[in-house]
Amino acid sequence: MKKNKPLISVHDLSRFYGQERAIENVSFDLPYGEILGLLGPNGAGKSTTMQIISGVIAANNGSVNIAGYDIQNAPQQAKQNIGFLPEQLPLYNDLTVDEYLFYTAKLRGIKKVNLGEKVTSCKRRCGLETSGKRLIQNLSKGYKQRVGIAQAIIHMPAVIILDEPTSGLDPKQILEIRKLMLELSKDHSIMLSTHILSEVEAICDRVLIINNGSIVLDQYLKELLANGNSLESTFMRLTEDNT
Amino acid sequence: MINNIILIASNELRRFFKSPLAWIILALVQFLVAIFFYVLLVTYLQPTSAASGLTDAVVSTMYGFAAYIILIISPLITMRLIAEERQLGTIKLLFSSPISITEIVLGKFFGITIYYILILMLITLMPASLLFGTHLDLGQVASAFIGLLLLMTSIASIGLFLSSLTNSPAIAAISTFGVLFFLLIIQIGGTNSSLETAEIFSYLSLVSHYNNFLSGLFNSIDIFYYILLTIFFIILCIWRLDTERIYG
Repeated sequence: MKKNKPLISVHDLSRFYGQERAIENVSFDLPYGEILGLLGPNGAGKSTTMQIISGVIAANNGSVNIAGYDIQNAPQQAKQNIGFLPEQLPLYNDLTVDEYLFYTAKLRGIKKVNLGEKVTSCKRRCGLETSGKRLIQNLSKGYKQRVGIAQAIIHMPAVIILDEPTSGLDPKQILEIRKLMLELSKDHSIMLSTHILSEVEAICDRVLIINNGSIVLDQYLKELLANGNSLESTFMRLTEDNT
Repeated sequence: MINNIILIASNELRRFFKSPLAWIILALVQFLVAIFFYVLLVTYLQPTSAASGLTDAVVSTMYGFAAYIILIISPLITMRLIAEERQLGTIKLLFSSPISITEIVLGKFFGITIYYILILMLITLMPASLLFGTHLDLGQVASAFIGLLLLMTSIASIGLFLSSLTNSPAIAAISTFGVLFFLLIIQIGGTNSSLETAEIFSYLSLVSHYNNFLSGLFNSIDIFYYILLTIFFIILCIWRLDTERIYG
């Protein structure tokens, strides 16, 4: 993989629900090895953007290119390079962790010979070594979240897209998940959305603020803070027209 | 392609069998058909019985009855297929995976069809047990077997499509019940020959085609009816999920 080429390249993305605009003319790049934080008020279009990039919904306009593959023209290859964790965890409560991870690994096209090894290493990375035989419905929220992240990284995709990965967790779990994300950023590019500004400050390299369906800020965190602005005041200023 | 279809189908079956519903339906269908089969057999064995032959009087009639049970219980079998994926949010897992919507839909369809085949085989054990003591018209039994199988695949595809319209299994179930019941009762319109539309009603009815199979008539037109119906609803289901990605 060429390190200088962007892994995600989003160009002029627009999406409407009926007459209502969800996002309009959204463009940005995500280079290799970066953690990109997507911020914005509720309903600003964060989830829509992430779902379009993951191929869950289609855009009305614009293009998404993932690791060199266009999501419309070569969806299979593009999706092989993405791991997506939606806001609502996509878990089958009646399966055990092992059954679920084996299933998702096969869905992502992992060959049979590598299957056991991939699932084991993925469980180790997410701290699920001892939970393999447990039913997902009996896990705590934090562990469910880990299973959710595990299914997103099991095929070692170039890009991981996480929609509010720490929502609803207790402070200790939040720290653990953050640690995991920093760990993952060594091998993957990560795009995550969140409502917690301090989370972005703690782990993200770059911040993207989206308001009313348009990008209002796309800046490296270091630059932003170097100019004497705090993330909080910038966020409030850029989203104040939102009602 | 094939691998992904098998993967979706096997996951569908595994998850269905984890719920008590799958086992209860198997047991219930078997129980009800068995009682009916027993009554038919006892009636046939009465010295006063005027029935023509064993296959006609017992086996075909049993398959005919089984079709009604399956028609009534099917909404519960097919309701969760796609509605539940949507409710759980796992549909996003499927959509973001490198598999196509056609593979998802076909996987779901074949998974549930295997369950139907299981029901069918269990039912067929009953007439098969008669072979120990007597002779059966195996051609007619095979015809009824294939007829019920075709009926089941069309019911499965109708249920699959209706399940793709909603995110609530209960709504999928009640609308499937409505459509299946409609396709069942329009046969009544077909029996009144004074109606000009009688032939159309009779042609559209799920049951009138099945009756031909039961009497051992193996018409290509009946086979095509069920296959077309199945393919039609599978395609509708694929379209529906495709448009959901674009407009939904």
